[in-house]
Amino acid sequence: MLKIFILSILFVLGATPAFAMHISEGILPFSWALLWSLAAVPFVALGVKRLNFLAREDLSLKPLVGLLAAVVFIVSCMPVPVPTAGTCSHPCGTGVAAILVGPLVSVVIAGVSLLIQALFLAHGGLSTLGANTFAMGVVGSLAGWLAFRGARRMGGSLALSGFLAGLLADWGTYAATSLILSLGIRGEAPLWPLFTKVLLAFMPTQLPLGILEGLVTAGMVTLLYKKRPDLLIKMRVIKEEELPSNA
Amino acid sequence: MPERRRKWKILMLHMIVLPTLFFGIYFFSLAPRSWEGVDKSVVEKIAKEHGREAVAPLIDPGSGDLLLFGFLVAGAVGGFAAGYYWRQLTRKG
Repeated sequence: MLKIFILSILFVLGATPAFAMHISEGILPFSWALLWSLAAVPFVALGVKRLNFLAREDLSLKPLVGLLAAVVFIVSCMPVPVPTAGTCSHPCGTGVAAILVGPLVSVVIAGVSLLIQALFLAHGGLSTLGANTFAMGVVGSLAGWLAFRGARRMGGSLALSGFLAGLLADWGTYAATSLILSLGIRGEAPLWPLFTKVLLAFMPTQLPLGILEGLVTAGMVTLLYKKRPDLLIKMRVIKEEELPSNA
Repeated sequence: MPERRRKWKILMLHMIVLPTLFFGIYFFSLAPRSWEGVDKSVVEKIAKEHGREAVAPLIDPGSGDLLLFGFLVAGAVGGFAAGYYWRQLTRKG
């Protein structure tokens, strides 16, 4: 109970309106907003299907999905000041979600978080929900998941692979946001110079924040390995022979 | 004895980490810099240069205390949910 109380207090004290990566309402022209919504829909649908499958297969995964949904929702509206840039931005949380419950379920979690933020916190927008879900949910989750699986396959430790997943999920999300924004607003201007401009403008804030997200992701995965290694085996994050000796 | 030392270690860690965390958050929040979000300093700025401007959201809480209250509630609910599920995950037996 104390842990719940401490976590609640921490987030309440840290609550300030977050203005960060999400593309605001009305920034994208209707055609582009529709296109990104249509692009995100299949991933969300597959994610819902996968979530239903997981829930049918094993009810004990419910707390893990609930925890990750809360984490993604909180961190994706939590402004973190970056002293090197003098600006604020937020982590995404989709890296850790993709590692633990898979990229498709992570897309659903990101979509629901973004919907609540757009509806009640003026963070992002309903017309840009598809674009934001595509950047943070689809690209962020896939980048994190692929980085984790790739690093593990090459013999990387759990912590290192988790770090890379968090780092690339964050950077991948902002790279995708840069591309989505550039495509939507460029008009007659050439795409790549504008894309580079947006990406470079994100860099001073997002480079250190990506490293922070990598560290947090590595910490969460390692902590779960110590507390509930059986869950990691169930979700095929680790193999049975990697179990700690005292488990 | 090791259990007692462990408890002291955890307590000391909390006494150092939590104040540092809060100092960090509040120092940067209250410091005399704008600490603009990248949506304003990057997304909206560049979009405006290309003729696109953000519009008010469907449910507009403005930018004052109502929005702050929204974030406060969201933080509290999210923090409670995270703590509740974490306890369920790590509960013994």
